[in-house]
Amino acid sequence: MRIWDGKELPPRVAVNIGLLVVLALVPVYSAFSGDPFVMTLFTRVLILAMAALSLNLIMGFGGMVSFGHAAYLGIGGYAVGILAKEGVGSGFVQWPVAIAASALYALVIGALCLRTRGVYFIMITLAFAQMIYYVAIGLDRYGGDDGLTIYHDSQFGGFIDLSNRTLFYYLCFALLLTSTYLVWRIVNSRFGLVIRGARSNERRMRAIGFPTFRYKLTCFVIAGAMCGLAGALLANHTNYISPAMMHWTRSGDLMVMVVLGGMNAMFGPLIGAMTFLLLEEALSHITDYPNLVIGPLLLAVAIYVNGGIDGLISGVRRG
Amino acid sequence: MLYFIEQLLNGIQLGMLLFLLAAGLTLIFGIMDLINLAHGSLYMIGAYFAATFAEWTNSFVLGAALAVVATLAVGMALEVIAIRRLYGRDHLDHVLGTFGLLLFFDELVRLIWGPAGLTLSLPSQMLSAVQLLPGLYYPTYRLVIIGVTLAVALALYIVVMRTRLGMLIRAGASNREMVGALGVNIKLLYTLVFGIGAALAGFAGLMQAPILTVQIGMGENILIVAFVVVTIGGIGSIRGAFVAALLVGLVDTIGRAFVPDILHRFVSESAASNLGRSLSSMMIYLLMAIVLIVRPEGLFPAASK
Repeated sequence: MRIWDGKELPPRVAVNIGLLVVLALVPVYSAFSGDPFVMTLFTRVLILAMAALSLNLIMGFGGMVSFGHAAYLGIGGYAVGILAKEGVGSGFVQWPVAIAASALYALVIGALCLRTRGVYFIMITLAFAQMIYYVAIGLDRYGGDDGLTIYHDSQFGGFIDLSNRTLFYYLCFALLLTSTYLVWRIVNSRFGLVIRGARSNERRMRAIGFPTFRYKLTCFVIAGAMCGLAGALLANHTNYISPAMMHWTRSGDLMVMVVLGGMNAMFGPLIGAMTFLLLEEALSHITDYPNLVIGPLLLAVAIYVNGGIDGLISGVRRG
Repeated sequence: MLYFIEQLLNGIQLGMLLFLLAAGLTLIFGIMDLINLAHGSLYMIGAYFAATFAEWTNSFVLGAALAVVATLAVGMALEVIAIRRLYGRDHLDHVLGTFGLLLFFDELVRLIWGPAGLTLSLPSQMLSAVQLLPGLYYPTYRLVIIGVTLAVALALYIVVMRTRLGMLIRAGASNREMVGALGVNIKLLYTLVFGIGAALAGFAGLMQAPILTVQIGMGENILIVAFVVVTIGGIGSIRGAFVAALLVGLVDTIGRAFVPDILHRFVSESAASNLGRSLSSMMIYLLMAIVLIVRPEGLFPAASK
């Protein structure tokens, strides 16, 4: 493909631009075809892409493989749900609380988890997420095991009406783009260089004088806060929260999205989330047993594809 | 006091079952450096096989024996077809690939056996209870579980520490290149180790089956608990897995039995039962977090790592 200055457009850029155009046009398609379900599905794609993006920041760029990322989705969601139930309907309160609660949780568990390495880090993040999962089950007042229906969307004092689903879609889209830009800025800043340096060789980074623990913890908290916001969006999307959104297989789903889309790629999580969710949806129409296809497919990607779908597109091997 | 002893026995019984699962996981991790999320699926498959074979043969013991052999075969086939290609890869590739396998097996079981669960009934002589102490009756089958799993653990210890195969396994864990260079068929060894791990998981599944129902997803929650055991014990260490399995089994059972009662002294009964349920489910994860914070490589770090 050629653009105006005669230079070759890399396939990765072409695909990403195409993807964003398609996403921007989804509500238009929905309005013309009179099929609101497509937009609902894609809203979910955008929200989970944001969660996967935050996971990619710590996992792909920071080398911190967190197996408990769904906990932030839950914390963000429960912040909205609990406040709504207690009569605080304002999104100006709910969303900052969702972000702050997730950030605080990330700070506490990050300070503990980052003492461990490798598989132990994977397992301890999983353990903390399991604890939060059981806390949610124990919250009798907020539905316990059965979960809680949220009767009112977050209120933004008349500025934004989230019950307008098209508007909500574009809000999610804008937030995803903003978060992606933020991650891009972080990764390419001096801070991001330290994080990436610590991934390849932490001992060396420490030796040249960087307190890597503090850098990694900060990165961990930023990712947690971002995923907490995604949780708040998810609660507004489904109008329902339950411990199931924090089950460990949901954390597995997020990891699958990141690896499937391609780690280290800015739009990898979005591509991964979209592929995973659309595939699931499409297969459920064809067969009653969609995972008979998805399962081996994930295995095949793990075995044969380096760098996920992004790696396939750009032909770059994961380093 | 009798109640406490009964719960203690329950804890040991759970711990021994967890050890069967964790031993396979930790062997596979220690030797092939593989995170296997599909281990819980083999636990589930063992239970389904046992329920089916027991119905065909009309014998619990025969069904169980056939199921162990069948799970061993499934495990070895799985290793040759898929798992083998994941060795030496990034841990994330393991998570992605074996997560795919987990989804596949859940769906396959649903396709073959249907969405409803199965039951595996015990022979009548195991349904009784034994009087252990005056006033303390304990189900025979739970004692059988403790006895049989202890025997398996002992057999595993002898195989790993006293036989040539075990020597190769231990050698493979500390330096696989060297073992390969010395002319050992490392591929076959890996297939065998994975098969043994699968058979142990399947055995744990079928032993647990008469107490709980045989259903889809039964492997998913216990898998995480088994990972907790492996992590607390120190990844790759069978001795660590044994100690940690008993510890986790006891903490979990005792917690479930007594936390709600203790809470009841402070809050109302319904709140205590719900809060207690959630608190006692958290205890093993709390235990693991504390162990890892104090000892970031588990209780018995494997020497080679």
